[in-house]
Amino acid sequence: MAKQLHHNTGRLARLILRRDRIHLPIWLSSIAVITIITAPAFTSLYSTEQDRRAIAETMRNPAMTAMVGPGYGLDNYTAGAMMAHQMLLFTAIAVAIMTILLVTRHTRADEEDGRVEMIRSLPVGRLSNLSAATFVLLGTNVLLAFIIGFGLYALGIGTMDFEGSLLYGAALGATGIFFTAITALFAQLSDNSRGTIGYSFAVLGVAYLIRAVGDVSNETLAWFSPLGWILRSEVYVNNYWWPIILTLGVALVIVTLALYLNSIRDLDAGFIPAKPGRKNASAFLQSPLGLALKLQRTGIIAWAIGMFILGASYGSVLGDLESFIETNEMMRELLAPAEGFSLTEQYLTMLMSIISMICTIPPLMMILKLKGEEKKNRTEHLLARAVSRTRFMGGYTLISFIGGFVMLLLAVLGLWSAGTAAMDNPIAFGTTFNAAMVYLPAMWVMTGVAVLLIGFVPRAAGLTWLYLGYSFIVVYLGGLLQFPEWMGRLSPFGNIPKVPIEAINFINILVLTTITLVLIVIGFMRYNKRDIQG
Amino acid sequence: MPVLKTHNIIKRFGKFTALDGVNIEVNKGEVYGFIGPNGAGKSTTIRVLLGILKASEGEAKIFGKDAWDDAVDIHKQIAYVPGDVNLWPNLTGGEVIDLFVKLRGSNNKSRREELIEKFDLDPSKKCRTYSKGNRQKVALVAAFSSDANLYILDEPTSGLDPLMEIVFQECVMATKAEGKSVLLSSHILSEVEKLCDKVGIIRQGTIIETGTLKELRHLTRTSILVETIQPITSLHEVKGVHEIEEKDQALSFQVDTEELGNVIKYVSQFEVVKLESSPAKLEDLFMRHYEGVEQTSHTGVGGVS
Repeated sequence: MAKQLHHNTGRLARLILRRDRIHLPIWLSSIAVITIITAPAFTSLYSTEQDRRAIAETMRNPAMTAMVGPGYGLDNYTAGAMMAHQMLLFTAIAVAIMTILLVTRHTRADEEDGRVEMIRSLPVGRLSNLSAATFVLLGTNVLLAFIIGFGLYALGIGTMDFEGSLLYGAALGATGIFFTAITALFAQLSDNSRGTIGYSFAVLGVAYLIRAVGDVSNETLAWFSPLGWILRSEVYVNNYWWPIILTLGVALVIVTLALYLNSIRDLDAGFIPAKPGRKNASAFLQSPLGLALKLQRTGIIAWAIGMFILGASYGSVLGDLESFIETNEMMRELLAPAEGFSLTEQYLTMLMSIISMICTIPPLMMILKLKGEEKKNRTEHLLARAVSRTRFMGGYTLISFIGGFVMLLLAVLGLWSAGTAAMDNPIAFGTTFNAAMVYLPAMWVMTGVAVLLIGFVPRAAGLTWLYLGYSFIVVYLGGLLQFPEWMGRLSPFGNIPKVPIEAINFINILVLTTITLVLIVIGFMRYNKRDIQG
Repeated sequence: MPVLKTHNIIKRFGKFTALDGVNIEVNKGEVYGFIGPNGAGKSTTIRVLLGILKASEGEAKIFGKDAWDDAVDIHKQIAYVPGDVNLWPNLTGGEVIDLFVKLRGSNNKSRREELIEKFDLDPSKKCRTYSKGNRQKVALVAAFSSDANLYILDEPTSGLDPLMEIVFQECVMATKAEGKSVLLSSHILSEVEKLCDKVGIIRQGTIIETGTLKELRHLTRTSILVETIQPITSLHEVKGVHEIEEKDQALSFQVDTEELGNVIKYVSQFEVVKLESSPAKLEDLFMRHYEGVEQTSHTGVGGVS
């Protein structure tokens, strides 16, 4: 029986390692490096007791809790406590993203492309493919836990003791293992890889939002989120191990369920049923633009809903933030308010930079779809007909621009409506709207970079994600870690004026818009001249 | 003016030369068979013709226009079926057909329904559920329901069942009868033999043989099987006779077509009781070009990708 199900799992696991010999080290080392270079920054930035008390006070507010999780040990806010408070959640999300992408790649995506069929025709067990992928990701996450654990301890920072460092690593590893299980499950439920990735990301997003709302207003609610469990390990403060054990236990149950579902289903089948479609194309579909929209419809709708909820959940804490600031004398002194602006408005600017970068993900996916289509040999169907390359790429670029605007608009609407409901002195819609829309040129630049790369080296177009990741690090962490200013300037998001606190700097906006235009024009020219690959 | 004419197309991928001077000419109302082994450059040539790849050197003209510069204009009158049909998994076959027909510009609704029926295709299914053959049917229905003047078909029948192959052949013949041209790349030599007026054989990126089937046959040999009362003597000394084999009472051998008359005259002296002759098959032609070249040939780019 075991042979029927698991024969040659080890060999398949080696195959996965061979295929991912570049992916895995890049993911692992980027996560490890970012963690290990961030940790010493906390000690050097907040070296005196007074500094630490000050930063602890600014962290003691609902907006921060919503964003990074509840602060433990704020009364004795050591470097270790800061690290666990400000870095753990976001690093855990990065680990989850890595895991979701890798598991899907080796389960449903392989099955969809017919590779699992080839494997299954060989003397290989029915569950070997899934168990091999699970084992590899399990090993990867355990390895990550140890690298991070020993790495942090090796820094020799007094408040980052051995147990705490190991627990920090274990929290990340457990998150990865949990999402390995979730993705393995959705790879059985959905019958295609896009669905698998989509559902798994939805779980991740919902886990984040439930935790955010729960941490701010209702402790019980936070218990419904795996990310909420992880944070309750109170790393470097109380060092609880049981959340890790809880997470791993639940992951084990989910993996068992996934394996069971895999054993009772047919190859290529899923459990979420497909319904018959139209016999004729609607008038809407019959153009390259319509096709591009139709292909991404589900994703666009899902992201639109997600962005609205994201905005609304940030907005819902604005009320708590307002009353918190009013009652906290020290906080008001600390954040000497800019002339004529409330503190909530100051927080607004920070929120907007984060929201705008998250809102850049869907438009980037929309433009990078162009490269995916080319790789799958579907571009030639269109280009072999009376469709010019400019028109084809133009459609995708247009969708990316409009998509970015719509996503940002929805996030603002969510933020403003939830904020208005929660606050005594709501921020005017115009202020919120302007604070968000001023980021549009930065989002355009990202699309421009993608267009340029697709024009020159389509294989490297994914580097745009790296640039967005860089932007996130320098803009979000840059202020916290006091990076040199030029590092922020290298990202378009670092050049956006902080409306409403700062006046709109039209020169910056004009420059970013010009850069976008240049990138796009060059990208289009090159796309018109190169071979279509695939 | 030929519908399609290429002049010494060269295409390099880095250091690898995929096409090394390809010359093709297809005239109005002609079906051109394009044959060659895997990796010889068939799909690469077709992609250059479609303006998807840019030729490194040389010139490809369709309807007298440049295949790269005027791609969009040309494509209004071209229908293309790729060898490996990848479709969007979340669209139905019917939607894809409509989209393809619409993108070319013309529309022929009744023809679409007729073809869907003929090819026995269920247009309401999502493309991800289609087999290779069914995906090919989608591309074929889309191609033949458009009013094109040139049909470029890259191994269109590799996934079809024999019944559907006949339907496909009918479609090609109907197209030809309307005075339209077809470029058919295929591995199924009997199909090429049946449909094509002209054949071009490509090897290692070069067209090594081209002409009508009749012309090509002249270059080759006829197979003869003969049974005589008296044993045939010294046949191997007769000019143009090759590969003599004894089969029971009979002899089988091959004759250079231009020597056929003399050989028959010689054989008839021995009192023939049975004589079978078969013209050279395209397969023989093909084999003659490919046998013995294995040592020099090397693996090129894959079939379609």
